[in-house]
Amino acid sequence: MLKRLALLLLLATPAHAVQPDEVLADPALEKRAREISQVLRCPVCQGENIDESNADVSRDLRLLVRERLTDGDSNAQVLDYITARYGEYVLFEPEKTGANLILYWTGPAVLLVALGGAFVWIRRRRREEPAAAKALSPEEEARLKELMNS
Amino acid sequence: MIAELGHFALILAFCVALIQMVIPLIGAQKGWSGWMAVGDPAATAQFLLIAVAFAALMHGFVTSDFSLKVVYQNSHTDKPMLYKVTGLWGNHEGSMLLWVLILSLFGAAAAWFGGALPPRLRARVLSVQASIGVAFLGFILLTSNPFTRLAEPPFNGRDLNPLLQDPGLAFHPPFLYLGYVGLSMAFSFAVAALIEGRVDAAWARWVRPWTLAAWIFLTIGIALGSWWAYYELGWGGFWFWDPVENASFMPWLLAAALLHSAIVVEKREALKSWTILLAIMAFGFSLIGTFIVRSGVITSVHSFANDPKRGIFILFILALFVGGALTLYAARAGAMQAKGVFSMVSRESALVLNNILLATAALVVFVGTLWPLVAEMAWGRKLSVGAPFFDKAFTPFMVILALILPIGAMMPWKRAALGKLIRPLAPAAILALAVAGLAWTLETGRPVLALVAAGLGSWLVFGAAAELWVRAGRTPARLARLPRADWGKATAHSGLGVVFAGIGLLMAGQVEDIRVAQVGETFTVAGYAITLDKVEHLPGPNYTTTEATITVRQGGKFVATLHPEKRIYPVQAMPTTEADIDNGFLRDVYLVIGDPQEGGGWAVRTYIKPFANWIWAGALLMAFGGLLSLSDRRYRVAAGARKAAASTIQPAE
Repeated sequence: MLKRLALLLLLATPAHAVQPDEVLADPALEKRAREISQVLRCPVCQGENIDESNADVSRDLRLLVRERLTDGDSNAQVLDYITARYGEYVLFEPEKTGANLILYWTGPAVLLVALGGAFVWIRRRRREEPAAAKALSPEEEARLKELMNS
Repeated sequence: MIAELGHFALILAFCVALIQMVIPLIGAQKGWSGWMAVGDPAATAQFLLIAVAFAALMHGFVTSDFSLKVVYQNSHTDKPMLYKVTGLWGNHEGSMLLWVLILSLFGAAAAWFGGALPPRLRARVLSVQASIGVAFLGFILLTSNPFTRLAEPPFNGRDLNPLLQDPGLAFHPPFLYLGYVGLSMAFSFAVAALIEGRVDAAWARWVRPWTLAAWIFLTIGIALGSWWAYYELGWGGFWFWDPVENASFMPWLLAAALLHSAIVVEKREALKSWTILLAIMAFGFSLIGTFIVRSGVITSVHSFANDPKRGIFILFILALFVGGALTLYAARAGAMQAKGVFSMVSRESALVLNNILLATAALVVFVGTLWPLVAEMAWGRKLSVGAPFFDKAFTPFMVILALILPIGAMMPWKRAALGKLIRPLAPAAILALAVAGLAWTLETGRPVLALVAAGLGSWLVFGAAAELWVRAGRTPARLARLPRADWGKATAHSGLGVVFAGIGLLMAGQVEDIRVAQVGETFTVAGYAITLDKVEHLPGPNYTTTEATITVRQGGKFVATLHPEKRIYPVQAMPTTEADIDNGFLRDVYLVIGDPQEGGGWAVRTYIKPFANWIWAGALLMAFGGLLSLSDRRYRVAAGARKAAASTIQPAE
């Protein structure tokens, strides 16, 4: 029911992603604003960034980003400013601190371990197997001879 | 009455599945052929009964029987017939019914086409397949009955979510389900092999076509979903790293790995236990996907109405099947004797590398998808993991994969000499570098990305061509006589190259323009003159629309007239944007009409999207490659061959 209500409220003030009136006159600054918008999550939506989102709060955030940029903030400063107010939740790329390092290092670590493991495994098998694979048992020798002669 | 029949059929199907699960398994254990044979008719009966239930629910949707709760919640009399039909699987209960329908279809197909399978293996496969059916039919009957009636039927329904009222809904979910439910076959074969305690080339030859078929469907399903998002969401995104997209992408990656490792089992009888593990994990990830979509633990645009009770039920099923299969695996995997020995530089090793890259990439997606949940539960940190993370963490794996793919594909089995591969691949590499350079000079947006994408993409395509050329003995006449599997492989690998090139070039060079345009005004975006001719309000069947007419010209020449719309669906009180796109080989012109502005005029968004269609064309090419490979003579012959024949005839490679 609440969801429905929220939806209706959204409808009452139609807004759709980036509006023409939000776009900054300076293309370089606008480009930076768009880059920042891509990594900020709309706090009330389901996994949309503020650049795509239609929610009012996203519009506020977009305007805030542009305001900070025109005031001369760097991209990192803008992100810090917004994270300080809205929490880590709004960052689509979480901070590389503490436990989040697990998130960042799982891929590379597992890849290295798997490569190392595969290397050792293939080498060991090659060392163990040739004898077993090449030498035929006496029965096999006999069968081979039989086949060759027939 | 018909709904009750459907409900009854579903309960019967549950009972039949129970029989199919128990009897053939005991038969196989004891060697009673009569008991083993129960599996075949039971699989057919289970499929037919679920089909009856499905038809009964379809009847409810088509006739707008609002005494059915699920129809009331997801349909409306004004809705066009297409969406009444497809609305069946646009909700949790109905889509679950489609899920088990497809599950039982695969089981029945194994019974129909599995005549040449050893009877014991077939009985066990059908039994395992039925056990999945039992679990999910039980889930439907106990928590998600689609045939629940309302005591007082309302006058009309609440309509389907307007975003879903699109032809995309007709194809995207069925293909997706055919894909990841199809992986249940690989799982059933894997578990049956574990019970049996043996895996050989013949087993791999049976598993591969099923996996390949599932992978083809999954590829098409994902591509359709991506294309749908591209035109429906109004800004032309094609992949969002949304948890539910990831849920379908992880099984895809693992199925791709499984396809390749099964080749090693088939041709060289190596990597057996790894292949079994992959088969279990591929379907395991399908189940995880089902859990993610339907439990509500992760919020996503795709998730169905969430109920914790359902989540726990699915979690239980997941734990039972994956846990059970892994326990069995731990107990039995040691018995899988690998035969083939291979050198560090060989086709086998290259395929091992392929598997490592694909599986690790899937793991990265998995960790990223579940990280918000883990971080919140373990450390109370509320955080998000989205596209920027995945783009950075996932892409390197694909770059490495693309770099080594043509080299690995060219290698012979057992032992390869890298020196011998350089000569045939050199022209491909040089051409790829040339294309990369060209992309770099032409691209003004993000030239490095364009360079990498175009270079890797063309390396894959030219590499595949070089491989075909070598396989045909450098004689054009022999190209046509190559086995279809070779053509399939080259086509699928080229398709991957086309996808890479499309994604990279689109992201590198897309142009966006947002502005207020007055009616009659012309503006220019990236060399295209765009005129807003008129904006009209029109009625639709179950919506009202604001439709713009926009003419696109380039260099004075007419390109297209487009009609982007903004619709409002009154029943759900929800707006949707319907972009209009001029599709082209080299670029899409993508137009969106926005809101009227206070000072007059309309918000108009224009996107020029270079090479957008290459993404989906490439995916279709991959699927087509799979189809070519599936139609290879080897499988058609093997389908009729006896087990004995299969184990004596070794491929010539």
